[in-house]
Amino acid sequence: MRYAMAVDTRKCVGCSDCVVACQTENEIPIGFCRDWIVEVTDGTYPQLEMEIRSERCNHCKNAPCVRCCPTGASHVVDGGIVLVTRNKCIGCGACIASCPYDARYPHPAGYVDKCTFCENRVKNGMSPACVAVCPTRCLYFGDLDDPNSNVSVVLKKRKYKTLIPEAGTQPQLYFMI
Amino acid sequence: MSSRREFIRISFIGAGVLAAGAGTYKVFKTLSSPEEVKKLIVDLKRTPTYCEVCFWKCAGWVYKTSEGKIWKIIGNDEDQHCRGRFCPRGTGGVGMYYDEDRLKTPLIRVEDRGRQVFREASWDEALDLVAGKIKEISVKYGPESLALFTHGSGSSYYSTLFKALGSENIAEPSYAQCRGPRDEAFFATFGEEVYSPEITDIRDTKCLVLIGSHLGENMHNGQVQEMSDAIDKGATIITVDPRFSTAAGKSKFWLPLKPATDIALLLAWMHEIIYNEYYDKKYVEKYCSGFDQLKAHVKDFTPEWAYGITAIRPDLIRRTAKEMADASPAVIVHPGRHVTWYGDDTQRVRAIAILNALLGSWGSRGGFYRPAKFELPAVSLPLYKIPSKTWSDAFPGKYPVASSPVSNALIEASIPENNPGFLIKGWFVNGTNLMLTIPDQTNTLKAIQNLELLVAVDTMPMEITGWADVILPECTYLERFDALRAAPHRKPAIALRMPAVEPLNNTKPGYWIARQLALKLGFEDYFPYEKLEDQLDWQLKKIGSSLEEMKRIGVKTFDRELDDLYYTDNEIIEFPTDSGKIELYSTYFEQYGFDPLPKYVAHEEPPPGYYRLNYGRAPMHTFSRTSNNPNLTDLMDENTLWINPKVAKEWGIKTDQMVWLRNQDEVVSEFPVKVRVTERIRWDSVYMVHGFGHARKQMKRCYGKGASDTQLITKVLNDPIMGGTGMRGNFVTFITEKSETEVAS
Repeated sequence: MRYAMAVDTRKCVGCSDCVVACQTENEIPIGFCRDWIVEVTDGTYPQLEMEIRSERCNHCKNAPCVRCCPTGASHVVDGGIVLVTRNKCIGCGACIASCPYDARYPHPAGYVDKCTFCENRVKNGMSPACVAVCPTRCLYFGDLDDPNSNVSVVLKKRKYKTLIPEAGTQPQLYFMI
Repeated sequence: MSSRREFIRISFIGAGVLAAGAGTYKVFKTLSSPEEVKKLIVDLKRTPTYCEVCFWKCAGWVYKTSEGKIWKIIGNDEDQHCRGRFCPRGTGGVGMYYDEDRLKTPLIRVEDRGRQVFREASWDEALDLVAGKIKEISVKYGPESLALFTHGSGSSYYSTLFKALGSENIAEPSYAQCRGPRDEAFFATFGEEVYSPEITDIRDTKCLVLIGSHLGENMHNGQVQEMSDAIDKGATIITVDPRFSTAAGKSKFWLPLKPATDIALLLAWMHEIIYNEYYDKKYVEKYCSGFDQLKAHVKDFTPEWAYGITAIRPDLIRRTAKEMADASPAVIVHPGRHVTWYGDDTQRVRAIAILNALLGSWGSRGGFYRPAKFELPAVSLPLYKIPSKTWSDAFPGKYPVASSPVSNALIEASIPENNPGFLIKGWFVNGTNLMLTIPDQTNTLKAIQNLELLVAVDTMPMEITGWADVILPECTYLERFDALRAAPHRKPAIALRMPAVEPLNNTKPGYWIARQLALKLGFEDYFPYEKLEDQLDWQLKKIGSSLEEMKRIGVKTFDRELDDLYYTDNEIIEFPTDSGKIELYSTYFEQYGFDPLPKYVAHEEPPPGYYRLNYGRAPMHTFSRTSNNPNLTDLMDENTLWINPKVAKEWGIKTDQMVWLRNQDEVVSEFPVKVRVTERIRWDSVYMVHGFGHARKQMKRCYGKGASDTQLITKVLNDPIMGGTGMRGNFVTFITEKSETEVAS
């Protein structure tokens, strides 16, 4: 099993609903977030192109945050989801420094926090909060090992890219272009 | 008289007491294990609501933790408005409840050692004062001297109260400051408005044309969702906007037209569609009148003609006209929503309506569907008094086509120098922050100084409350029942809002406030139910449901009586216009002396060194009302000023630099605004999101954050047809440095 998320940048309007839904679902303190929006505009007026991306932890196959964690707090569970065990985390910040996607933040309660793909929801057969709320339905989540999963089907049909592939992290967040 | 009413921004008397009541801010739990999370999910209770953060009113569920605290709000899968998915504002609606800056108890303006301040009052005292003043004004000047400005769910209760009093001066700024021109233009053409939610069949369209409408930034949930569906199905999107909006970024064609020239483009499209015989001949012949006049009218409006005005290349005008024709009738030239721009707005939207008629989209799949509305049984009330004067008697003959009271006309009628037919002496303002809603603030303040009563109902200490004599704190939508939602849609449906939690502090629901006032004024017969929920239950039982059932399901959708979502071939339709046809040539406008066919008139352009002030929406905020919401402020806590790189270079301005703005009337923005240098904006205009630059310190998160576009909109381009306040004819220049004394002042 390999969980992954695909983001359709052609549909995403950058409304940040994924951000606030994650914040309320996971009770993230105000001022912090596990996912965020990036808007990139290229060109000169009026020859312009724009890409909008909903970004979060890439749940990398080759995750530098897990390798560098001195206590084993950062770890990988079933389906390739990268998690942090709160009571093992000493808040040293090595993982924050190692992540090329800047996906982690120090939670005021003293541990490092990040996207969990809403593992607790996923285990109960629900989709992550961001996927469930997205008004444009531009987020797809599922098991890449299952050829009939949402995410496998959509990635078969469309061109996509990953972010900073040269970092060798094998990210599992796919951006359809 | 002129200095009678000071804007109160100093601390409340007894602020210490208020602060003590503020200890209810959400405590963030840290959940140590997934098991704990799971346990929580099992323990959850959910209650139905429909959202009040914007006018879309999506139905959803409020989830609470096992301790009974509001946790999250999730869309109701059965709801056509949201299809199970709230927008960021709806999801962040929890912040409206948890905002520690909320109004907490009634406040009354008093003099304290020569200074005007608010003091806390009981509901009984505050409402006695309001009722007494209302009575006094009614006796002294007549009930028509009272005006209600209102927005949102509470409107119906206060309207009942006003009609019982004998005043029909009931204005929603959503008419003359927003969608009014659109309603009148579609009325004139099709005899019908486009409703809310709009009856645009975006889901099944093949071509969506947006004229300055920035779907995706304006988060009209159902429409944004359907635009996404349309993208999935390969629909063509054509966006006309001087700014590279989010929608422009999703479009096959972006037409970056010169601001204020939209009508020229629309006329050229009509020319192309008629003279290339692209139009739906059968449809036009069967349903429309005035085609020959229209054809003659647009004869000379070629794409080449329009090029010189709009800066849109003729080939692009031709290609897009063809694209629309190819998709016809599954094409939508979107009517827009906030359309009060240049004062000829009704005519611009008329041009949009005519294009839709030529393309046969009205009543067609992928165009505009026929709405169905659930008619709830009405509670029988005594007849209302017929008012001796209504808002239109204040300025007879002005805005003859306006089908709703014009808020700005009521404001003008509050100023004696304007010699209105009768003078307005008291305002009751519910849920609308007039200071950031109505352009030309000086004029609004002048009107306020002439009032004998200003009551403001709100959940937040918005600017307008600072000018009130009495502030009545309403609880949020999460803490109250409201009338059943029965908005038109593809299928008739109703939705319930019930309290998820008890009202915080000393706040009350709108129904309760209106009813208490009615009791004090002797109009109890107009509010026969002590509790609104009893009225809802009576209505629901009448239709074979019950409050109990609705609490369980939240939304109830019914089948249409007939299978008539779209027109059918053999259908004979009589349109509710004067001619019974779709009026390409408006006999209705003609009889009032307005152009029966839209004309392009050049608008004023910015003088050298000035830029047209353009404004719009951000998906995470609604007007100025959400600017202090902790969850939504976290997503966006200030607006920025978009400046084209060429302009920025000329001025030596860089991204993140703070600048003040000065407009053509020498009005300088109260606060500086952060610059965003971006190619997404034309060099002749600047852009900011509306609703920021709040001037009330009681709203701690948003005070002084960003600039207020409304403050800079001092020149109002009035639409003579229906009274709309065109707000896009203002020009600003930059002040990059201010001396210390200037900043202090």
